[in-house]
Amino acid sequence: MFYREAGDFKTSYRQDSQTFPIRFDRWRFYAVLALAFGVIPFVINDYWANSVFVPFLIYAIAAIGLNILTGYAGQVSLGTGGFMAVGAYACYKLMTSFPEVSILIHVLLAGGVTAAVGVLFGLPSLRIKGFYLAVATLAAQFFLVWLFNKVPWFYNFSASGQITAPDRTVLGYFVTGAQTSATAKYLVCLVFLVLVALIARNLTRGTVGRKWMAIRDMDIAAEIIGVNPLTTKLTAFAVSSFFIGIAGALFFAVYLGAAEVGEAFGIQKSFLILFMVIIGGLGSIFGSFAGAAFLVLLPVLLKNLLVGTLGWPTDLAAHIELMIVGGLIVVFLIAEPHGLAQLWRLAKEKLRLWPFPH
Amino acid sequence: MNAMTEGYVTPDGRQIGPVLMEMKNITLRFGGVVAIKDISFDIREGEIRAIIGPNGAGKSSMLNVISGFYVPSEGEVWFRGQKRGPMKPYEVARLGIARTFQNIALFDGMSVLDNIMTGRLTMMKSGLLSQALWFGSAEREENENRAKVEKIIDFLEIQNIRKTPVGRLPYGLKKRVELARALAAEPKILLLDEPMAGMNVEEKEDMCRFILDVNDEFGTTIALIEHDMGVVMDLSDRVVVMDYGKKIGDGTPDEVRNNPDVINAYLGVAHE
Repeated sequence: MFYREAGDFKTSYRQDSQTFPIRFDRWRFYAVLALAFGVIPFVINDYWANSVFVPFLIYAIAAIGLNILTGYAGQVSLGTGGFMAVGAYACYKLMTSFPEVSILIHVLLAGGVTAAVGVLFGLPSLRIKGFYLAVATLAAQFFLVWLFNKVPWFYNFSASGQITAPDRTVLGYFVTGAQTSATAKYLVCLVFLVLVALIARNLTRGTVGRKWMAIRDMDIAAEIIGVNPLTTKLTAFAVSSFFIGIAGALFFAVYLGAAEVGEAFGIQKSFLILFMVIIGGLGSIFGSFAGAAFLVLLPVLLKNLLVGTLGWPTDLAAHIELMIVGGLIVVFLIAEPHGLAQLWRLAKEKLRLWPFPH
Repeated sequence: MNAMTEGYVTPDGRQIGPVLMEMKNITLRFGGVVAIKDISFDIREGEIRAIIGPNGAGKSSMLNVISGFYVPSEGEVWFRGQKRGPMKPYEVARLGIARTFQNIALFDGMSVLDNIMTGRLTMMKSGLLSQALWFGSAEREENENRAKVEKIIDFLEIQNIRKTPVGRLPYGLKKRVELARALAAEPKILLLDEPMAGMNVEEKEDMCRFILDVNDEFGTTIALIEHDMGVVMDLSDRVVVMDYGKKIGDGTPDEVRNNPDVINAYLGVAHE
């Protein structure tokens, strides 16, 4: 019934390699875009923006970044929080040093700085794999957080050790600082997310993506058919860190407004984003969205249900949330290692014929 | 016939060209173990060259030396009239040497089409930015290479599985996809490591036909290792026989078949 290829003939390779080859899928994608840009900005309020939409959009960017590195190129990373911190501090330094330049450019430049740092910490991946690489990136996480705490230059010698985003506008509307409206926060993050997702999709369906996946699936065979492991792995680190840096910059400047590095970008953040990628689905752009949505929405839902409806104490609800997330990760790793994205693919297969049995 | 510099004509009338690759006194050691001892032979343009020998004779090591995966301890490899220095495996691929593996080395998480497209990576040059925006050279290059890959898909008759993930395919088809990936690189020389291993008679016949067709249609030089004697004798133009890391025979299938050393290695020496 849905998702049928019947009658949808491809007459060129261009049509065949497009992002949404099935017509129904394509229309659904346009509908989601229309909803996201045309309806939500007009009805969004502070609660929905701050607790659901803005964190979802930013975490989705970070999850896409980590998915490129871990899901597509097969390089495990536990340094996501540290790389987000690089994006945040780079953005802060740029915003305070060059106040006249647009914040949008600062966010992109912050991504660029993070890409450079990512490449630096990606160098060990040429020699070590798997668990050992994970530990090396863990070192990056701790080192970067320590660096931003220890060197006052990074937080402009402020007494509290915090960084605070100055007020900045885009097209006359505030996007950072206290006067920012929910709509502005949402739209800025949405624009970046759409750009990041499109770039990620284009990269993963083309030559670069094939190189990444070849290295992931069998690095020796990849090398023998002409993939240079050095440039391929470092490209993955660069692109992944670029996206994560953008997420970090937005997280600090647009979402939090003020941040302390250990609180906002600690090891918990690395794990949270890794969980998003695992639950959502390794090696899938859609999975990054699904994982981010799931782990942002779950605490909100649980809190509303347990505290709001059932009247339980807040700390009990918080503990139960931790237990549920932990349990879910174990269940996913055993039952569906490819995550929500794989469940979605299976559902699509079923929906092609539904409600007819054959 | 080896003395001829301009090649020879096979019994079935194919013209074999000059020497494409020459191994000169190759020795390969792993610590104290000598895998290959002072072996020399050549591979001519357009021929099907087989390397045979009992288990542990050093055939796969020899193929790894040819493909640049192992650097010989002594001796030289000459390719297209030039001495080949020590190279990284991915640089060898750019010279036009492609190979398949004894235990299939495909990328399980990718579709058949993507796997074969990886064979053309060395020819795809568009930059990261162009690919990120899917604009200009990236898209043009993708479609051009896709058209070439589709020709190979047609040639090997795997059209119906092109969007299937490789992990789901049966063994015989995986072997064929691996051949397709190697062919996609349009190699000067194609190395096949036991292309028929573990196949039934029918699959073997298919594979033989594809190997002959590849040689015939694209003029690809092929070097192969194979255990099935019937296959080797039927397919190949010249055969190198190895035993315990040494070369004990080299020549046409008929010459090799009647070589007393080769008979000894395979059947054992007659004791009086």
